[in-house]
Amino acid sequence: MSEQDLAQDLAQNLAASPWWPYVLVIVAGLATYFWRALGVTLSGRIDAGSRLFEWVACVAYAMLAGLIARMILLPNGPLAATAAADRLGAAVVALAIFFLTRRNIGLGVAAGAGALVLISWGRAFF
Amino acid sequence: MTADAPPPPSADPAPLRPPPASPPPTSPPPASPREAALAGLRDSIGVPMLVLGASYLGFGSLVQGADLSVWLGLFSTFTGWALPGQIVVIELHSLGASLLVVTAAVAMTNARLLPMTVALMPYLRARGTPAWRYYLFSHYVAVTAWAAAMRVCPTLPPEQRLPYFAAFGTALWSMCLVTTAGGYYLAGLLPGFVTLGLVFLNPIYFMLVFVADARHRGRILALVFGALAGPPLHLVSPDWGLLITGVLAGSLAFAADLALPRKKADSDV
Repeated sequence: MSEQDLAQDLAQNLAASPWWPYVLVIVAGLATYFWRALGVTLSGRIDAGSRLFEWVACVAYAMLAGLIARMILLPNGPLAATAAADRLGAAVVALAIFFLTRRNIGLGVAAGAGALVLISWGRAFF
Repeated sequence: MTADAPPPPSADPAPLRPPPASPPPTSPPPASPREAALAGLRDSIGVPMLVLGASYLGFGSLVQGADLSVWLGLFSTFTGWALPGQIVVIELHSLGASLLVVTAAVAMTNARLLPMTVALMPYLRARGTPAWRYYLFSHYVAVTAWAAAMRVCPTLPPEQRLPYFAAFGTALWSMCLVTTAGGYYLAGLLPGFVTLGLVFLNPIYFMLVFVADARHRGRILALVFGALAGPPLHLVSPDWGLLITGVLAGSLAFAADLALPRKKADSDV
């Protein structure tokens, strides 16, 4: 058995073992923490008042806004089974309640999620 | 040196300005680092804990649905602690994806943590704080605690900022561990459309956190451009779409903010 075969064999055995999901989670955790640690390291060289800092903040905000819009319009998982119009409608309800209640995040979120549940439940009858 | 820069708050180089128009949740201002930590604890209990806790109920039920153990779910919340990446791992594992694919997908999903950490750290630094504490508590950089710290920390004296963030994050993290397990055991009991509502809490909550937080003109533009560019760029490239969105829309917003005439108090809009 060559070394390469042995390594392949080992990898297959590992992937079939009950510990495999834990290996995935550990590696995912490292891949996640990597960015945070790198951020700490790099930040010491960036001045808070600088334009570079403001650009970095803009990139972070744009990325998160893009992620949120994508999760509402093109979701993965169970939400993909709901209609895009329903999710958009529920998001608009959340925004409307948020502003009507003088920017209460809790009420806005409850209204948005509640609206989606009610619409999906209602659709089951029509 | 960043640590010595007196007022990092607003991004403009303008001298000290009054705190933002909408008062931060911590009023009156805490008097010591210890009180700042208590304030962070207090601020996390309430909407952040309720909504993120509910989102982790959704994560717990996802883990149960994938036929994995409750311990794996808890381990993921403990070590990963950024919901989109955690969801990616569970979904890709169900599809039988390879280690390389899972690592790449999680790294790309969570690359946003780099600019977020870089943006937050100058607000947390204080003289005399050992570096390992920044590395330890950077584990809490995820949307909820990050958005709260970006809003509140600039209004606190430097030595109170890390305690506020650390306490806020510890409380939130603990609660999410509890609700991960809770969601796992609840999954079989809840009807499908209720689970939908739990999962939908995530984007709605993040959306309102950012709408509530929008104060600087450049960042407001970044939110708008990012929301518009995100979905189409995701269709172009599911892998790279998010990173491209951030760099393109963020740079555009930054440039627009520089190019547009500066209003008198545009950081208080």
